[in-house]
Amino acid sequence: MDTIRVEGLTKQFPSGWPGRPPTTVLDGLSLSVRQGEIYGFLGPNGSGKTTTIKVLIGLIRATSGTAELLGKPVGDVPTRRRIGFLPESPYFYDYLTAEEFLTFYGHLAGMDRAGLARRVSQLLEVVGLVEARTRQLRKFSKGMLQRVGLAQALIHDPDLVILDEPMSGLDPIGRKQVRDLILGLRDQGKTVFFSTHIIPDVEMICDRVGVIVKGKLLATGRVDELVNQGHTQSVEITCQGIAAERIPAIQALASRVVQRGSHSLIVLPRPDSLEQALAEIRKQGGTLISVTPHKGSLEELFFTSQGPAEQARPVARS
Amino acid sequence: MWSVVVIALNTFRENLRDKILYNLVFFALLLIGASILLADLTIMEHHRMIADMGLAAINLVGVVIAIFVGIGLVGKEIERRTVYTIMARPIRRTQFILGKYLGLVMTLSVNMAVMMAVFLATLWLYRAPVHGALVQAVSLIFVEVLLVTAMALFFSTFSTSTLSASFTIGLFIVGHLTMDLKGIAEKSQSETVKAVTTAAYYIFPNLEMLNVKGQAAVGVGVPYAYQATASLYGLLYTAALLVGACIIFQRRDF
Ligand SMILES: Nc1ncnc2c1ncn2[C@@H]1O[C@H](COP(=O)(O)OP(=O)(O)OP(=O)(O)O)[C@@H](O)[C@H]1O
Ligand SMILES: [Mg+2]
Repeated sequence: MDTIRVEGLTKQFPSGWPGRPPTTVLDGLSLSVRQGEIYGFLGPNGSGKTTTIKVLIGLIRATSGTAELLGKPVGDVPTRRRIGFLPESPYFYDYLTAEEFLTFYGHLAGMDRAGLARRVSQLLEVVGLVEARTRQLRKFSKGMLQRVGLAQALIHDPDLVILDEPMSGLDPIGRKQVRDLILGLRDQGKTVFFSTHIIPDVEMICDRVGVIVKGKLLATGRVDELVNQGHTQSVEITCQGIAAERIPAIQALASRVVQRGSHSLIVLPRPDSLEQALAEIRKQGGTLISVTPHKGSLEELFFTSQGPAEQARPVARS
Repeated sequence: MWSVVVIALNTFRENLRDKILYNLVFFALLLIGASILLADLTIMEHHRMIADMGLAAINLVGVVIAIFVGIGLVGKEIERRTVYTIMARPIRRTQFILGKYLGLVMTLSVNMAVMMAVFLATLWLYRAPVHGALVQAVSLIFVEVLLVTAMALFFSTFSTSTLSASFTIGLFIVGHLTMDLKGIAEKSQSETVKAVTTAAYYIFPNLEMLNVKGQAAVGVGVPYAYQATASLYGLLYTAALLVGACIIFQRRDF
């Protein structure tokens, strides 16, 4: 059974003016997330990630289509006991201290007093807020709010965790901590669904990815499959000691050559001309500094996505 | 049910931390200060003035808190998006609305109780008579405050804070004028005016029904049957507004 199942989800917002057509934000979106996986929901700004998540949480109703969480239709109240949620740039009751805040959410999830106190201090430790536990949230920095928000999503030990841009507002250390936290959740057998517009976040930790553009799922599959799909991959070569600009054999292979002092940057549009280019550099007496293959795919999906969105293109079925 | 209590207690805590009860200091100073200033009136007049002012101040403070905290109860949660994480919990939207309402009612109860105590203390200080009519008047003020809170909450489920405040204040004023509407209906020649004003008379809450301050200040009570009917009327109106608020809140997108 899929932990998240979304089929033909459409959401239109009324334009607010009679006669003016509504804006379609989600357009027949379908996706499924399996039990125990980390699913990255990747899409540019305004593509409909938050809207999808709001439908899943039951904050807004879809215009048409179905969505199920843990086998129950979204909006089923008891199922929420098993779901944790962190909204985008979260706002919380700022008059509560971190401890009171987590206790409050624990009570709302129906936890009893006995286990709760222990769970609260455990989570404050996990997100690194032990020192700030008696401080009111109004005195928290953005990153601290993001952390306490994560703790709030996990307080009741949910089976499914839905996070809307969990790493936004965090410094590199914080981002790594959140990544580790998410990986830790998978080790405990939890399912994690998180949205982001940052490709490396997805590449590093996700089992599977869905790319959403203009309210449609443009591609879905395992990360390595999306990344190594048969797209043209460009290669960048940096070398020293030759004026690559003035070598016609290299010019012929490259799509771009840039000369900076004694360094040359050569961009090959196709990886199969790499050997030839390297041979030419050696022949001319140049020293190789680096070769960087550009695995286009996810990034390309992003950039090509600026055009009209195509139908969902399943890349992998495993 | 448990969720309603959790939300209510948290709302009460929010009110306390927002220092809403500080208004009590203002209330006490005002009442006692004015009583001292007016001490050169005749004894009878002085006692009546204290009773008048006390009741009016209790009413004013209660209604002001009901309106301005009431519109923020749910309105602020929507505007500041704190409602997102609450709605993601195993709690029904109806339970949330009721919890928020009960939380403010707790605050208002404490506030009214303390105001009542200060009022009685002032009366006692000046050896003014304390009669049952005063308690009756305050109990009806409390019903009015419950009703106004429900009005504010109702409007804030579908409009911005500024609009909700305007609607609530508007309805509060109209609510005190419904008797005039009835008067217009009786006198008017035009059938349309008659129909509209009669409809308005029945639709808008009749808040004057809950106002017995004038006679209470001179020690004249109302029959218990009247008090019971008026209270029941106010509470039913409150319940209707809360049901309306729940229905609207249930359907809205965030
Ligand atoms: N209530 C609303 N009424 C009208 N349009 C809306 C509403 N909410 C969202 N939208 C529109 O829907 C589109 C998608 O918004 P959404 O917040 O889902 O994007 P997102 O993928 O989360 O973007 P970001 O990465 O910036 O968070 C945007 O164009 C937005 O303007
Ligand atoms: Mg978003």
